[in-house]
Amino acid sequence: MNLALAVLVDGVVYSSWLFLIAAGLTLIYGVMKILNMAHGSFYAIGAYAGASLIGVYFAGGNPPWASYLLLIGAALVSGLIIGLLIERGFLRFMYGRDEVVMILVTYGILLILEDTIKLLWGVDPYFAYQPYTLLGRTKMYGLSFANYDFMLIAVTALVALVLWWSLNRTRAGKILQSVIHDREMAGALGVNVTKIFTITFVIGAFLGAFAGALTAPGISVVPGIGIEVIILAFAVVVIGGLGSVGGAFVGALIVGLSRALSVHLYPDGELFVIYGVMGLVLAFRPQGLFAIAGARKI
Amino acid sequence: MMTKNRIYLLILAVAMIFAGLVMPYWFSFLVTVALAKGLVVLGLVILMRAGLVSFGQGLYYCAGAYAVGAFSDYFKTDNLLLLLLVAIVCALVISSIVGLLLSRYRDIFFAMFSMAFSMILYGILVKSAALGSSDGFNVVSPTFFGWTVHASGGNMLTYWAAIVLAFLVGAVIWRYFKSPMGMAGEAIRENEIRVEYLGISVQKVIYIKYIIAAVLASLGGAITAMTVGHIDPEMAYWTTSGEFVFIALMAGTGHVAAPLVGAIIFELLRTFAFQVSPYTWQMILGIALLAIIIFLPNGLWSLKEKLMKGAKS
Repeated sequence: MNLALAVLVDGVVYSSWLFLIAAGLTLIYGVMKILNMAHGSFYAIGAYAGASLIGVYFAGGNPPWASYLLLIGAALVSGLIIGLLIERGFLRFMYGRDEVVMILVTYGILLILEDTIKLLWGVDPYFAYQPYTLLGRTKMYGLSFANYDFMLIAVTALVALVLWWSLNRTRAGKILQSVIHDREMAGALGVNVTKIFTITFVIGAFLGAFAGALTAPGISVVPGIGIEVIILAFAVVVIGGLGSVGGAFVGALIVGLSRALSVHLYPDGELFVIYGVMGLVLAFRPQGLFAIAGARKI
Repeated sequence: MMTKNRIYLLILAVAMIFAGLVMPYWFSFLVTVALAKGLVVLGLVILMRAGLVSFGQGLYYCAGAYAVGAFSDYFKTDNLLLLLLVAIVCALVISSIVGLLLSRYRDIFFAMFSMAFSMILYGILVKSAALGSSDGFNVVSPTFFGWTVHASGGNMLTYWAAIVLAFLVGAVIWRYFKSPMGMAGEAIRENEIRVEYLGISVQKVIYIKYIIAAVLASLGGAITAMTVGHIDPEMAYWTTSGEFVFIALMAGTGHVAAPLVGAIIFELLRTFAFQVSPYTWQMILGIALLAIIIFLPNGLWSLKEKLMKGAKS
C-alpha cells in the first residue's frame, strides 16, 4: 500500500513536471516543425531567473506569499524576451530548411545560450528553497510529501486545461490547428502564418521558462540543467507523437509512472527505463502514440 | 592523375607517421583523438549521404571504447590489433540487431530513435558499478605484440594506428562511394520510392550503411579509449553524438577526406576556443555552427570547390 502510494505520487509529480517542459516543445514542433533543442535553455533561463529573483526578494524581507507570483512573472518576462529575440532576431531567416537542419540550428542556439547563462549568472549554484519549504509537508500513511509538489500537479493540470481549451474552444486555437494541419493551405486561406509562428514560439518559450521557474525552488540551479532536461522532454514528446499536446500529456504520464516504478523497485534502471519505454513505443508505433497521420509524398 | 594522387597520399601518410617522433606529444595526441573522431564522423557521413542523420553514434563510440576496456581488463591483454578486432566485433553484433529496427525509420524519427539507443547505453553504464558507474575506468596503453614505442613522452602506437586506419578506411570508403551500393545512398536521399521501383531494397542498403557507420564509430571509440587511457559513460551521452553531427556538418559530405580533415580542424578550434575563453568556448562553437549552416550549407569542403571554380574562371 505504502509502496503503491509512493509510486503513484512520485510518478504523478514527475509526470506533471515532464509535461510542463514537453508542452512547449511539442507545441513549437506542431506548428513550426522545428524540434527545438534550445528548449532546454529556456527551461534553464527560467530556473535561473526565478531563483535569482527569489533570492533577492527574500533578502529584502518581503511578504513570502507573493513569491509565487514572482516565479510566474520571472517566467513570463524571460520567456517573452528570449522567445522574441530568437524567433524575430534569428529563426525567421531559417524557415523552409530541412527539419534535420533545424535541429542543428537550434543545437547551435543551445550552445550559445548555455554559455550566455554562465556569463549572466556565473557558475555557482543558486538556491531558492523558500517557496518550497513555505508550503510545508503532508503525512499520508506514514509517508511524507512536500506540498509544493502537489501544487505543481495542480498548476500542470491548470496549464493542460488552458492549453486544451484555447486550442479546441477558441478562434485563435482553431487557426493554430489549421496551421498545424496544413501550413500552406492555411496561409492560402488568409492566415498570417508568420505571426502565428512568432506567437507560438513565444508561448513555447514561456512554457519552457515557466517549467524552469517552478522547478527552481525544489532543486539547486546549476549550469547544465537544460542539457539534462531537453533529452527527457524529447523522450516524452516522441512517445506521445511529435506535435501533439495531448500526446505529450500521455507520454509524460507513461514516462513519469514507469520511472517512479523503477526508482522504487529497481533504482539502477532509472535512466534505462525512460529510454527503454521510448524505444518500445517507437518500435510498434514509429510516429508516436498520438501523431496525426500524414500523406506520403512521391 | 589518380595514381599521382595516390602517391601523394602515401607520402603524406608516411610523413605523418615519422612526424609523430619529433612533434610535441600534445599535438600528436590531439591528432590521434581528432582522427578517431574523424572515423566516427566518416561513418556518419555515409548515413548523411543517404539523408539520414544519426544523433546516436555515441552508442558505438562508447561501446567500442568499453569493449576494449573490458576485454583488456578481463583477459589481461594489451594487444592493439586484438583490441581493435574486439571493438569491430562488438559493433557488428550490436548494430546488426539495432539496425534491423532503425533501418525502417527516416528523418527526424531516425535521429530521435538512434539517440534513444545511445541514451539507453548511457543509462545502463551510469548505473553499472562493475564498470565504474559514472566515473568509468582506466584502459591499458596498448602494445603491438609486446612491442611499443615511446617518443616525446607518450605512446606512439595509437597515433600510428589512427593514421594507418584513417588512410586505410578512407581509401576503402572512397571506393565504396563509387560503387553501386554507395551511389544508392544519394539516390535514396533524393527519392526513396523511385529507388524501390528500380529494384533496389532501400532498407537493405540503409541497413548495411548503418552497420558500416557503427563499425567506424566503434573503431574511433577504441582508438580514443587507448589514447586517452580512460573511458566514462559520457561517451554515449547525446552531447557527444551532437559533436559528431557538428563535425560532419562543418566538414561537409562532399568527400571522404572532409570528415577526417574536419575533425582535426574541429579539435584545433575547440582547443583554441577553450584556451582563449574557458567560459565561452561553447558559444564560439555555436556561432561557428550557425555561421556554417548559413554561409556554407555544404560544409567547409565546398569551400575548396568554390575556390577551384574561382581559379578556373
